[in-house]
Amino acid sequence: MDAVFKALATASRRTLLDELRKENGQTLSELCEHLDMTRQAVTKHLVLLEKANLIASVWRGREKLHYLNPMPLHEIYERWIGKYERHRLQALSDLKKGLESAAGRIRRGGQTKTKKK
Amino acid sequence: MMKKDQFVYVTYIRTTPEKLWKALTEPEFTRQFWCNTAQESEWKPGASWKILTPDGRVADSGEVLEIEPPRRLVLKWRNEFRPELKAEGYSRLTYQLEKEGKSVKLTVIHEIEKEGSKFIEAVSSGWPHILASLKSLLETSESLEETREWPQEACK
Repeated sequence: MDAVFKALATASRRTLLDELRKENGQTLSELCEHLDMTRQAVTKHLVLLEKANLIASVWRGREKLHYLNPMPLHEIYERWIGKYERHRLQALSDLKKGLESAAGRIRRGGQTKTKKK
Repeated sequence: MMKKDQFVYVTYIRTTPEKLWKALTEPEFTRQFWCNTAQESEWKPGASWKILTPDGRVADSGEVLEIEPPRRLVLKWRNEFRPELKAEGYSRLTYQLEKEGKSVKLTVIHEIEKEGSKFIEAVSSGWPHILASLKSLLETSESLEETREWPQEACK
């Protein structure tokens, strides 16, 4: 678990994970296109993320494809967030999102009602 | 880029790539950890590939896309027994086996070119059981009980 926290402790590595969240299975070149980092830096970060098991990679021909591996994060979640807390936390997070978007609409002079899903 | 859905899994198994390869492909082993199913294929590029239930029905079918024993196997894969999954068409399964010290790192990627895929949702609940059972079988010679019979929750 140390490797996971170490890998997550750098903003650029989290950005890399976000990028894979958007589009899983990217090559090094594709990742470099979307990020403001040198190829060498991305390569280095990918190695660390893969060691921490946060990224899985497979070869396709001569290209290496990178995928987000959610398992280590799931293990952290399982360890510290029990099944009862998760519903309350979800409710709080929904409430926050709802209130913030309602506040946004007030500022823009729009309706204050939150949209029904 | 085409939007995809995928299942990603990495596990380390205390075995050799050769034994793991056999376990993934030969009926003698798959019957023990993969819901009593057997795969049928000539195991060469372009060959047809099937998973058969214990009573001989085709559960899934497809084709061998790439094969490089004992390192890499890529299959074209479609479910055949649930119409709503079959309707989603072919998925792509990659097994990658890498020796790391006394273990083998097994990476499994199952992907389909479709967002919100019901097929990927289904395999995402099945694979962790089957792969955990495979690991138990290779390390302790005993698979997990819940994956030994068909039909089981893990195999739907």
